[in-house]
Amino acid sequence: METTPNEYAHIIGWGVDADPQNEPTYPMKNYTGDDHQRLNYDRPAQQPTTVEILKSNERPNLTAVFGTSSPPSGLSGAIRRYAFRSSESEYGHWLPLLLADRVNVVEGIIDDLSRGHIPNIFAEKGWKAEWKHNPKGLTQKVLIGAAVTTAIVALLYRKNSTKKSGRLALLSKKLRHR
Amino acid sequence: MLAMNYRGPFRVRADHKPYPELLHPSDAIVRVTRSCICGSDLHLYHGLVPDTRVGMTFGHEFIGVVEEIGSSVEKLKVGDNVIVPFNVACGNCTFCKQGLFGNCHESNPQATAVGGIFGYSHTAGGYDGGQAEFVRVPYADVGPTVIPDWMDHDDAVLLTDVVPTGYQAAEMGGIKKGDTVVVFGAGPVGILAAKCAWLFGAGRVIVIDHLEYRLDFVRNYAQCEAYNFRSMEDPVLFIKKTTDWFGADVCIDAVGGDAAGSALQTITGRKLMLQAGSATALHWAINSVKKGGIVSIVGVYGPTDNLVPIGNVVNKGITIRANQASVKRLLPRLIDHIQAGRLNPKGIITHRVPLEEVSDAYHIFSAKRDNCIKPVLIPPSARK
Repeated sequence: METTPNEYAHIIGWGVDADPQNEPTYPMKNYTGDDHQRLNYDRPAQQPTTVEILKSNERPNLTAVFGTSSPPSGLSGAIRRYAFRSSESEYGHWLPLLLADRVNVVEGIIDDLSRGHIPNIFAEKGWKAEWKHNPKGLTQKVLIGAAVTTAIVALLYRKNSTKKSGRLALLSKKLRHR
Repeated sequence: MLAMNYRGPFRVRADHKPYPELLHPSDAIVRVTRSCICGSDLHLYHGLVPDTRVGMTFGHEFIGVVEEIGSSVEKLKVGDNVIVPFNVACGNCTFCKQGLFGNCHESNPQATAVGGIFGYSHTAGGYDGGQAEFVRVPYADVGPTVIPDWMDHDDAVLLTDVVPTGYQAAEMGGIKKGDTVVVFGAGPVGILAAKCAWLFGAGRVIVIDHLEYRLDFVRNYAQCEAYNFRSMEDPVLFIKKTTDWFGADVCIDAVGGDAAGSALQTITGRKLMLQAGSATALHWAINSVKKGGIVSIVGVYGPTDNLVPIGNVVNKGITIRANQASVKRLLPRLIDHIQAGRLNPKGIITHRVPLEEVSDAYHIFSAKRDNCIKPVLIPPSARK
């Protein structure tokens, strides 16, 4: 369909980047053919390894630079090390990493407590903002949470007291027989 | 220094962390003056990206002032105001030389599928990000670009990711004059993709989302059509009908793994994490595009698998183009567009939040409170 630019006069810059020759477009546009040189390019200097860095087994070496945030540690670190034995193509790589992430959350709380810091989980979840912008929703959420918790506690208490009274009845029966 | 600190899914806080060090001759230390929370940060925040470690600082959209430089840095000097692209790129590997700065082979030892990204889990290199007062920036001669004197810093910070990603989404669509372009997602990237589609000569731009305030926003900002998929029985059928039963020429997935709209996808992708996020937007894009059409993907998904109708890709002869934005490659053209008044990135900023209140900022953005489109974090040192 041929379109007249006048239809789009209200849109500043309409069509200024239109280029019929833009095919193939990015990402194939600037193909250089250097791919056949594989990894034989001049590598930058290597960053010294000052913390443990886990490396994908799909490459021969560490990259020239890398991040040093949160090195692997504890149980989550052990799970991450295990995960990196498998390639990025394997569930054995990604699923253990997700597990390690969840374990790491518990480790984070333990770490906070061991430093004498009690994490304010409500503040970390942004409940102050929720209270400001959605007080009704937050109240509902809290009430539902409280009701569910009360119900679970009551259920557990009832089970325990039923068990206890059952045991007591059995005991008194035994005593009467003696 | 003050920095955002990830504590687990839906839990972040502002904490004091050590000042970053120069670890490589090509490094610079940048004092952050503005950083954004990106829609893709929410995938981390929601716990969807594997190897997201407690204690990490997120943030891949930031600008700042160069505080220190390594011994081999030649193009930057202390005191320069710089735009820092979200990609960590060496500029010299085979991929960087092709302009694939998002696919650098010398910046991410943990995964080969993606190059390094600031503050984006260890799957993207394990770099602490820019939601902090200071940040270490490797390959300082390659990515960082000095902010032109005339440029508003609110525009500059959006050039680090959201504008290039939106622009590249349209570019990868190979839009021809008169094409009908459908953008799935009216978040910041979808809004910019819709806006940029016109620059390539789109004849009609349609945005699909489910949040009315975002649909209203994109209608005004990108001068396009915008529809709520909750008000239609089937968005694919809607696109077919509105394109004379033909299908769109180009469909853009600007949502990624946090998509709503399908109970099956939401439960398996976002709740149970049996797939790498919910692929609803991609599913609709594949099924809405015409035979022989192009699907451009910039939405972020996790690295495992997703349920998508790949059979329809084959049967319809669809071309799929996708990549992380190559920010460095696009900056000159985008700076030109801003100077000429064709793009107005800062128009999407709705919230300016002190870094100290990062927990609230994440929650507001994630829960879509207060008509939030784009939050910017301001460190204390930048407020003086």
